[in-house]
Amino acid sequence: MTLLTDDQRQLHDMAKSFLAEEGTIKQQLRHWRDIGCKDGFGHGLWKQFAELGLTGIAIPEDKGGLGLGATEAALVLEEVGRNLTPSPFLTTAVAAVRALEGTAQGDRWFPGILSGETVAALAVDEGKHHRPDAVATTATRSGNGFTLNGGKQFVVHGASADMILVAARTGGSAGEREGLTLFAVERDAKGMEVENVALTDHSKAARLTLTDVAVDADAVVGEVDAGWAPLSRALNAGRAGSAAELVGVAAGAADMTTDYLKQRKQFGKLIGEFQALQHRAAHLFSEIQIARAAAYKAAELLDAGSDRAELMVHVAKAKAGRAAALAVQEGVQMHGGIGMTDEHDIGFYIKRQAVLDRLFGDWRFHAGEVARLAGY
Amino acid sequence: MADTAELTTFREETRAWLEANCPPEMREPVKSEEDVCWGGRHFQFQSAAQKSWLEAMAARGWTTPDWPKEVGGGGLSPAEAKILKEELRRINARNPLNSFGISMLGPALLKYGTDEQKQRFLPPIVRGEIRWCQGYSEPGAGSDLAGLQTKAEDKGDHWLVNGQKVWTSYADKADWIFCLVRTSTESKHGGISFLLFDMESEGVSTKPILLISGYSPFCETFMDDVKVPKDQVVGEVNKGWDVAKYLLGHEREMISGMGLGGGSALLGKSVGAIDDPVLRAEIAAFDVDALAFAAMSERFIDQLKAGEAHPAMPSMMKYSGTELNKRRHELVMAAGGADTLEWESERSRKGKPAREWLRTKANSIEGGTSEVQLGIIAKHILRLPGA
Ligand SMILES: Cc1cc2nc3c(=O)[nH]c(=O)nc-3n(C[C@H](O)[C@H](O)[C@H](O)COP(=O)(O)OP(=O)(O)OC[C@H]3O[C@@H](n4cnc5c(N)ncnc54)[C@H](O)[C@@H]3O)c2cc1C
Repeated sequence: MTLLTDDQRQLHDMAKSFLAEEGTIKQQLRHWRDIGCKDGFGHGLWKQFAELGLTGIAIPEDKGGLGLGATEAALVLEEVGRNLTPSPFLTTAVAAVRALEGTAQGDRWFPGILSGETVAALAVDEGKHHRPDAVATTATRSGNGFTLNGGKQFVVHGASADMILVAARTGGSAGEREGLTLFAVERDAKGMEVENVALTDHSKAARLTLTDVAVDADAVVGEVDAGWAPLSRALNAGRAGSAAELVGVAAGAADMTTDYLKQRKQFGKLIGEFQALQHRAAHLFSEIQIARAAAYKAAELLDAGSDRAELMVHVAKAKAGRAAALAVQEGVQMHGGIGMTDEHDIGFYIKRQAVLDRLFGDWRFHAGEVARLAGY
Repeated sequence: MADTAELTTFREETRAWLEANCPPEMREPVKSEEDVCWGGRHFQFQSAAQKSWLEAMAARGWTTPDWPKEVGGGGLSPAEAKILKEELRRINARNPLNSFGISMLGPALLKYGTDEQKQRFLPPIVRGEIRWCQGYSEPGAGSDLAGLQTKAEDKGDHWLVNGQKVWTSYADKADWIFCLVRTSTESKHGGISFLLFDMESEGVSTKPILLISGYSPFCETFMDDVKVPKDQVVGEVNKGWDVAKYLLGHEREMISGMGLGGGSALLGKSVGAIDDPVLRAEIAAFDVDALAFAAMSERFIDQLKAGEAHPAMPSMMKYSGTELNKRRHELVMAAGGADTLEWESERSRKGKPAREWLRTKANSIEGGTSEVQLGIIAKHILRLPGA
């Protein structure tokens, strides 16, 4: 998708105006932070996502959704990123839906997601870094179902979720992709302890402790031992999506900074007249453009089912992570002291970038995957 | 996106035609400077294959696929031109012709030239018969290009040109020059004209400049009472700056292609096993940037063709692409270790890696320095004050 189709443009315009009106930092992020909301996002807004059809963006049309692809998700996520709008859109509507697509569990959860009632979460990471093939949580057969034991962290919206997709091992060992199974576990399942953790960006993720959590055989998403397939669908969608959201974060921070350069005076001049700052702003602009092109390309290849999609998803997440890191750091620096105050919004961008970069793997992880896929 | 039925047919026909017309020798990577075909009055073809490849492509107008048929171009739509490019890349075909006429002067003539000028100058460019050089820079006018002093006086039936240009790439091999001259001193930007003349005109002389890479395709060009016919001004007299800037956009677009390093192959793959973890990490980070830039290039070209690109975007592409290419060659040298330091040996193909590495240092200078590109982005895209 180097150029958008008319339909994509329309969707983008719709998302842009919706989020610029309803999803602003003041009304959403700052508001929920200030009142100490336990979810970190507003259910009212999630309902609005549903009314616009956006919760079903990736749900197939014959199941009542819009049946759209990674490209359309990217367009919405870029605006989510620009406004730092907290919502379960990325993890529920984009990533979890992809795992559930074409499975019996999909039929079970899609109606709730479509209506904006249901929040889903993904429980993959177990250590402090994203290493999906290193999953050690076990699922052993018992009776007609499985018993899960293990621990998970960085489960975004875990405490607010109705259902959590848990990756566990039914075979193989850490480091292998074979032997993984994905389970749809209800949040109040007996034996699953959910600790709600506030993250740096004021969003919420959970730490899970699973002690003899019993699930039925039909909780399996896809097939036993072949969980890598639905999991990697979710991860690819989540990675491409978070890359697009990072591009939005970067663009939002850069725009805020450029505006500031045109307003703030020092030494009797607008600071934007100083060439040292102009060149850094221009460099940043270039990096964001390139990151956006990479994110769009990854989405295009995913939608086309190309065999280059996986490589490009890694490229996009790594590039967007780095471009956004530059954008938010330069953003705070060029704002000077006011950029360090809680009152100013630029600080929210640096916090969100830190979280989004780590979500679904930081840029180092993805650069490493590029090298691994290329065989060096 | 999948091709439509018509494009599928075009792709099949193109593939078959290339199969029949691109000699096997022209599908091997370029080994040395001599392998590059520049055409022109005095060009010596290195092989029959080099000659027939140029002739076959030129006959179809495929050296300039998207130029109109009336001037000898291919008349292809953007989608067809893209397919041709993909099919050429698929067989690793060499460029049939490298030409400043194609990448710089041609687009400016198509936009600003008179019909007579288009008919006179464009077809020989398509066929590679006339080789052009660019006379922009002067000793006192580099980044501040509009500060140029070379003077063209109106002598009624001709212009009389006096002055000196510098850094004129391939001036000693070129047949004609496109040149910026001062036709009025009343205003800095408003007194410049865009002039074409034959390098064999009386009063033109050149002197080579040797680069740190050992290459010497650059010259000082001297003009001493050179007579130029009146109809060889492109655009209006004193309004050459517009033509100059338009051409620079195309030059920058061409130079930005260097960011792709001649292809989209992963650097890590091409340098072989990397046992140094720090270098591996640097190369992986580079490959991320390079693949992302490749996506940007594709998007930029499509935006350009669709008329959706900001006019200053070539500056962003030039800046990013050339800085990336310099980094690529730093890493090639690092990965190659002592071997890449050899300068004359056969094994090192006469020091190819080192010479190329040194040559790339000019990428962020030629066609306007990186600092100048950043200034353009700040001023025209970000609209920062006083820039
Ligand atoms: C290999 C090579 C091939 C070339 N080919 C051609 C050719 O075919 N035809 C042609 O006409 N020219 C050609 N050039 C010339 C090229 O366009 C100039 O070298 C270039 O524009 C820079 O000008 P300069 O060398 O005078 O450097 P200067 O303008 O003197 O710049 C010196 C340094 O100051 C910086 N600087 C200058 N102004 C500013 C500013 N406003 N803000 C911040 N920094 C600034 C520059 O970025 C640079 O780092 C070529 C150059 C090279 C090296």
